[in-house]
Amino acid sequence: MSLLSNTSALLGKELRTEFRSRELLTTTSVFILIVLVLFSFATNPGTEEARQFAPGLLWLAILFASSLMFQSCFLREQVNDTLSSLRLAVSDPFAIFLAKLIANTLFLLLTEALMLPFFAIFYNITLWSQLPILWLVLLLGSAGIAVAGTAISAISAQARMRELLLPLLLLPLLTPILVVSATVTGGLLDRDPVVQWKGIAFLAVFDVVFLTALWIFGQYFLEE
Amino acid sequence: MTSLPIPPTGLRFEDIDKRYGSLFALRRVSFEISPGECVILAGRNGSGKTTLLRIAAGIVSPTAGKLSFPGARNDFVPARPGYVAHTTMVYDELTAEENLILFGKLQDVADPEARAEQMLREVNLFERRDSAVRTFSRGMRQRMAIARALIHRPSVLLFDEPATGLDPLGISWLANTLREVNRAGCTVVMSLHGESEISALATRAVQLDAGSVVADTKTGATIRSVLSFGGG
Repeated sequence: MSLLSNTSALLGKELRTEFRSRELLTTTSVFILIVLVLFSFATNPGTEEARQFAPGLLWLAILFASSLMFQSCFLREQVNDTLSSLRLAVSDPFAIFLAKLIANTLFLLLTEALMLPFFAIFYNITLWSQLPILWLVLLLGSAGIAVAGTAISAISAQARMRELLLPLLLLPLLTPILVVSATVTGGLLDRDPVVQWKGIAFLAVFDVVFLTALWIFGQYFLEE
Repeated sequence: MTSLPIPPTGLRFEDIDKRYGSLFALRRVSFEISPGECVILAGRNGSGKTTLLRIAAGIVSPTAGKLSFPGARNDFVPARPGYVAHTTMVYDELTAEENLILFGKLQDVADPEARAEQMLREVNLFERRDSAVRTFSRGMRQRMAIARALIHRPSVLLFDEPATGLDPLGISWLANTLREVNRAGCTVVMSLHGESEISALATRAVQLDAGSVVADTKTGATIRSVLSFGGG
């Protein structure tokens, strides 16, 4: 019960501070749009080539935006040493991670919701018929990125070369989830859409495995 | 703050070592603080006061040795001490009230809203309860930090140089607050530089040098000499 109540209190704090400042949402939304626009110049929208590359570009844009998000995830706790006060206050440090990763997933999904219409327009792709399954893939993929990213953010925040360390650790760790997410999304955006359930199951397993690892080892990431 | 129902809890450091790489921040530190004592940690900059306080707070783990809380329900379960550091340890973007309610909820305080209101009145910040902490002056921030540290009615209060940045009025207010908290049964441990209205509250002084305890006294005159020597 304590884990749930602590997580809900911390999640409320994360959402309140973000919706008050809108730092992350503004930055990531603008960034993700710029990436989509720039990529759209590289291919001819509506062609088979664009349709082939679009899922990969979509997930690359999500990856870049999420790495911006994770950079400040634990760094903002260092300003007033609030991470120490949280560690003193919570009975289970996993609550700190859980709140942050739920908030990061929600922020990513919100950014993706803003991005999808532009994505459909720039790449001339019809998303409507596959939207429910596409949202499931986006949810599982974003949750996986958020779990791994939040963990790496906690580790890198205490390092000296934190700006370098985060992408260096994050990108290899996220390779499997990005490859699978892009493949499954590619299947959905095909002229003859295919739902790759094995890929979706892989995303779910990735999320559960990383969440369990974070639950077991998370407290060590927070130690000074 | 006198109404705090505080169960008496002490602190016991047994052969505490803290090493950062090859550097010893603390070396075989052993002493015990009885429940309800008001202890000053004195020593030059870098003598290990902050590290010892952070270990006592449970923020830093010792490399070797054992910390326990005699008098707590379970000696070895950290008693969630209240800790006031150099920084406020609260969120600048949140209001004073939001901060206190958050930390009240995290520490399972019954009716955190009412407790936050009570604390805001006690630290004279009730009129500014809806203001973001980033708009506060240094003194107000320090009062906010104290309110956060006391929100869960801790039995041990740890203060790292509490008078830093406070004007004489602020120091007087802090001395009165600490006196009340200590009278209510709370064990107070604070690091200090030099003599002040706050140091007059101390019933004991422990001096650290290069990470080791070099003096431990309960006599008023000796406490003053430890502070003037070790305060740097």
